[in-house]
Amino acid sequence: MIKTEEIIVAGFGGQGVLSLGQVLSYSAIIEDKETSWMPSYGPEMRGGTANCVVIISDGRISSPLVSRYDSAIILNQPSLDKFESCVKPGGFLFYEESTIVNPPTREDIHIFKIAATEEANKLNKKQVANMIMLGAFLEVRSIVKLESVSKALLKVLPERHHHLIPLNEKAIGIGKEIIQKQYQETI
Amino acid sequence: MEIPVLENLEVVYKKPETLTDTPFHYCPGCGHGVAHRVLMEVIDELGIQEETIGVAPVGCSVFAYHYMNIDMQQAAHGRASAAATGIKRVLPEKYVFSYQGDGDLAAIGTAETIHTVNRGENILMVFINNAIYGMTGGQMAPTSLCGQVTSTTPYGRDPAKIGFPLKITELIAQLPGAYFVARHAVHTPNAVRKLKKALRSAFEYQKLNKGTCFIEIVSNCPSGWKLSPLESQKWIEENMFPMYPLGDIKVPGKNITAPSTENN
Amino acid sequence: MENTNKKEVRLMKGNEALAEAAIRAGLHAYFGYPITPQSEILEYFEEQAPKRGFTVLQAESEVASINMIYGAAGAGARVMTSSSSPGVSLMQEGISYIATAELPCLIVNITRGGPGLGTIQPSQGDYFQSVKGGGHGDYKLFVLAPSSVQEMADFVFDAFRVSEKYRIPALILADGALGQMMEKLTLPEEGSLPHVTPEWGTTGKTKDRERNIITSLHIQPEKMEAINHHLQAKYKAIEEAEVRYEEYFMEDAEIVFVAFGLSARICQKAVDIVREKGIKAGLIRPITLFPFPKQIISETANRAVGFMVVEMNAGQMVEDVQLAVNGKCPVYFKGRMGGMIPTPEEIAVALEEKFIHHEEKV
Repeated sequence: MIKTEEIIVAGFGGQGVLSLGQVLSYSAIIEDKETSWMPSYGPEMRGGTANCVVIISDGRISSPLVSRYDSAIILNQPSLDKFESCVKPGGFLFYEESTIVNPPTREDIHIFKIAATEEANKLNKKQVANMIMLGAFLEVRSIVKLESVSKALLKVLPERHHHLIPLNEKAIGIGKEIIQKQYQETI
Repeated sequence: MEIPVLENLEVVYKKPETLTDTPFHYCPGCGHGVAHRVLMEVIDELGIQEETIGVAPVGCSVFAYHYMNIDMQQAAHGRASAAATGIKRVLPEKYVFSYQGDGDLAAIGTAETIHTVNRGENILMVFINNAIYGMTGGQMAPTSLCGQVTSTTPYGRDPAKIGFPLKITELIAQLPGAYFVARHAVHTPNAVRKLKKALRSAFEYQKLNKGTCFIEIVSNCPSGWKLSPLESQKWIEENMFPMYPLGDIKVPGKNITAPSTENN
Repeated sequence: MENTNKKEVRLMKGNEALAEAAIRAGLHAYFGYPITPQSEILEYFEEQAPKRGFTVLQAESEVASINMIYGAAGAGARVMTSSSSPGVSLMQEGISYIATAELPCLIVNITRGGPGLGTIQPSQGDYFQSVKGGGHGDYKLFVLAPSSVQEMADFVFDAFRVSEKYRIPALILADGALGQMMEKLTLPEEGSLPHVTPEWGTTGKTKDRERNIITSLHIQPEKMEAINHHLQAKYKAIEEAEVRYEEYFMEDAEIVFVAFGLSARICQKAVDIVREKGIKAGLIRPITLFPFPKQIISETANRAVGFMVVEMNAGQMVEDVQLAVNGKCPVYFKGRMGGMIPTPEEIAVALEEKFIHHEEKV
């Protein structure tokens, strides 16, 4: 049986939604898996909503676009409104707490609330909230190894930001801890 | 019939090798033939036939490549300077020139003309201005004079309706990419000599990679103007030169100057 | 020591993969004008050119770009341009001239939704424009339709090879999604596509040859008809030798999807979905849109229950499928327009509606 994970990452432009997806795809390549990363593009990139569909598979990927997802990583309310219903039954939804007024209501999927922005602010670097979300996701869905993610960060971050890699790795660790503390029973 | 052999005669003129044996198709009195010949004489004298590529336009000189014995391309209407840019960019060591009429260069190809010069492409642009569309049968050109009767301005060019004659040569001389800009004519032997000197300078400048050389040739179109060749020579002096005065417009190392009116 | 023969695996955007492949294919010059969703191509070239020794120029318009291509290709160089739908429309006059003057070059259309200024979202609405001429007169382009980032890179090599062999302009027709998406790919090797300056190029008339002339003008109708015959013979030769397509689950397929580019990827998944329900569906993916793989479609029509053509347009390639099927079985169409991408699920539903539920009703 070919293992495939279809993921939507969605939020506002500037929250690092697209780069979160790229880190996942790069990690997959480092592990010699197949992957596709399909962004929304256009005006969204310039401040509106942004999303990307990431597929990681042991086998050939057919459609890079799907309408049902195994996992959703959600960083704002409009994206939650749009994509909550698109998570497959039994799937996984991770949402950033501070950006959501109306939380998800489905009972047939696993839901994880992550205070990523709050934790990122504690690090004095709100830009790493996306990496906290990634850490939380990977703690539940360990589709790629952490060491691959570290290597992927070298690829995704431009060289001038490579000094921030330890901070990003720390943020990923915080995301994992949040899951371990809050959802010990669930997972 | 036996052809008599003439001996001990001095050769005072011969067709340059850079012209083919194909007779010009141009109308009697038209300036294109002289412009072609002078251009090719310069290439001949500079010995750069092997290194020169020309671009013909759409218009009366669309078949310039029938006469010019060099490698040539025929470009879409208005796009000769874009094609010349393409050639020069992949063959930067060669001499490249475009040869365009007023409709090609100053109407449909205005954007390409301005941007080619603005980039300072190291090419020569030869601009034949006869104030009319010759090939399509005498319609108004962007350079047609106010009041000039053409087949599309049967009551004369009315600037209130269609604007004033476009002095594109002065316009492009403003651009930093223009290195040498001049206006000449082919209506008298003296004018032809001056044109030839300017063309020669333009090719010599091309090796310096300093920018675009742009030479306007005020020419005549007896057929389009509905005049005899002789009448058209007179008309050019009386009507064209006041609007399009001859002389240097931009010379290397000097500020932009107003063209002189030496010929009038 | 690392194995130097190891293939270079990268994660790249389709647009960037295509540009990188072009450099590796020995591109001499690129001329182009920015337009979404393909501006990354020009940006990539501008960034790489000083390091890797080729020419790149941002032109003042698509009209200028295509005529710069004419000039540079006429001078014997390996050249390309790229644009998206409205920009490619602007190029059509130049493309007609290039096809008639028989200049090899590569044109890339990263298609967006039309008509008009439309949208910047992906579309396949330029199929007709690509394969039926686009500009004036009887001419063809060699048209390749990639469906993955890997093919965005690989097809650049194929495009230049065929273009130079037959002296025909090549077109890569991809959509905005293929340009923007990232996938894993193995980059083609540099230097594997040798270039010889053609003897017909305007490189300067040497003493040992007649002058070379690049033109599409032949005012005598007898001459122009001869040129047309020559072009048509060339297109026939390409139809005989250069057809490419891919089959998916076609061994026992009764219901056959035909789709190109991104739509074909979506149809693959739709095949998987309906096969799970026991429906024997398969997919024929035309890779060359000209020459169109009409023979395989015609042969398949002898045994198939029917066809479903899926496109991101109002139904364009479906006409070529109908011509190839020639009434032997039904041909249905499912499309989305204006930048909308069909989902595999809706394609599966459309197939079931036409072929399964329809039969039940009857």
